[in-house]
Amino acid sequence: MITCGIVRFDFIAITMKQLSTVNKIGMVVLFLPIWIALYLSLDQLTRFIVHSLLSMPEDEHLTTAVFFFIYEVPKVLLLLTLIVFVVGIIRTYFSPEKTRAALEGKPLFVGNVMASSLGIVTPFCSCSAIPLFLGFVEAGIPLGITFSFLIAAPMINEVAIVLLFGLFGWETALLYVLMGLIIAITSGWVIGTLKLERYVEEWVYKIKSPHVSINEETLTINDRIDRGWDAVKEVVGKVWIYIVLGIAVGAGVHGYVPENFMASIMGKDAWWSVPLSVLIGIPMYSNAAGIIPIVQALLGKGASLGTALAFMMSVIGLSLPEMIILKKVLKIQLIAAFAGIVGIGIMIVGFIFNAIY
Amino acid sequence: MNIKVLGSGCTNCKTLEKRTIEALSALNVTAEIEKVTEYADIATYGIMRTPGLVIDGKVVVQGYVPTVEKLREIIQAPHI
Repeated sequence: MITCGIVRFDFIAITMKQLSTVNKIGMVVLFLPIWIALYLSLDQLTRFIVHSLLSMPEDEHLTTAVFFFIYEVPKVLLLLTLIVFVVGIIRTYFSPEKTRAALEGKPLFVGNVMASSLGIVTPFCSCSAIPLFLGFVEAGIPLGITFSFLIAAPMINEVAIVLLFGLFGWETALLYVLMGLIIAITSGWVIGTLKLERYVEEWVYKIKSPHVSINEETLTINDRIDRGWDAVKEVVGKVWIYIVLGIAVGAGVHGYVPENFMASIMGKDAWWSVPLSVLIGIPMYSNAAGIIPIVQALLGKGASLGTALAFMMSVIGLSLPEMIILKKVLKIQLIAAFAGIVGIGIMIVGFIFNAIY
Repeated sequence: MNIKVLGSGCTNCKTLEKRTIEALSALNVTAEIEKVTEYADIATYGIMRTPGLVIDGKVVVQGYVPTVEKLREIIQAPHI
């Protein structure tokens, strides 16, 4: 009888567990059509609000600006929610430990390519940059390969990709990802070739972390869905205000700034605009989500794609706060080399695109 | 019970500490809580993601902030 009871209890526990898994997957399956319906009806909804509800006349500056704002804010936030959720789930299958293990013993160029690609999917936040750096160095991963990871991880992130996809289209988003990868691979490779190891603080090489194998957590589908949702709360909760503000400014630019206004400052004939954009971009990190909509608006006013791309890459990929954090483990010469090499890479991308388009 | 919160002082680390204290008081467990903020010290636990939670010398959380309920489970059974 007792055994029977236990068996039955286990059975109930298992079904309960399965039920809640089904519930969470069910929730996702339920929300997806709602999401798609909302996304597809945004254009009509905006038309209804702007023209019928607010009865604003067509082809006026204010109407253009209001339409842009009412249409783009929910669109970008919807895209952001979905992508951050999906990426959040994908990232539960990756970890810095697995990435480190994959990179151990890889030769220079191959290692740079792998580190840059893994930098996109491995969970990373700039507050973990130092522990990750120490962990990589400890495992004997060369400096150049570690840098490829540290360059790609923040530069190619889901917020930037969503904004570029939503506001510029998939071609620009893809270009950004490809150029980001190329910059991360080559910059890391150059840093590795220059043998700059002596500019890492000495104490870094003295750390002996016990090689405790931290048990890989066993995550259920439910846990992964929870983590995806956590990522949505964290990321969207943090950046939504910048997106709203950025799109508001962008809307103003769309409606009121005259055509070709930016041609003299950010146009392709002003060669100096590329290096200047990179320099201005470095201290502007926290507003990345707000800057992309403004840049998108400027693109319609005579700014060239190469200059805009260089500016955004610099804003997102080269951040002053991250450099200050890295100062704890790197000497100033190496930080300068890192910023200089990545900065030059971004400029080259800017010049090439200005020449092509 | 000795609990260490590993992290350089970012928001997540503070949230983790707050929730750990909540979970402890809900369970009526007394424990000494230490904060480990130096990167060199954090590295000696072999973690590459902060925040981290160490109970009696064993890393039980790294790289995310569990809910209070989850923390209660972890505190009750840190060695499983």
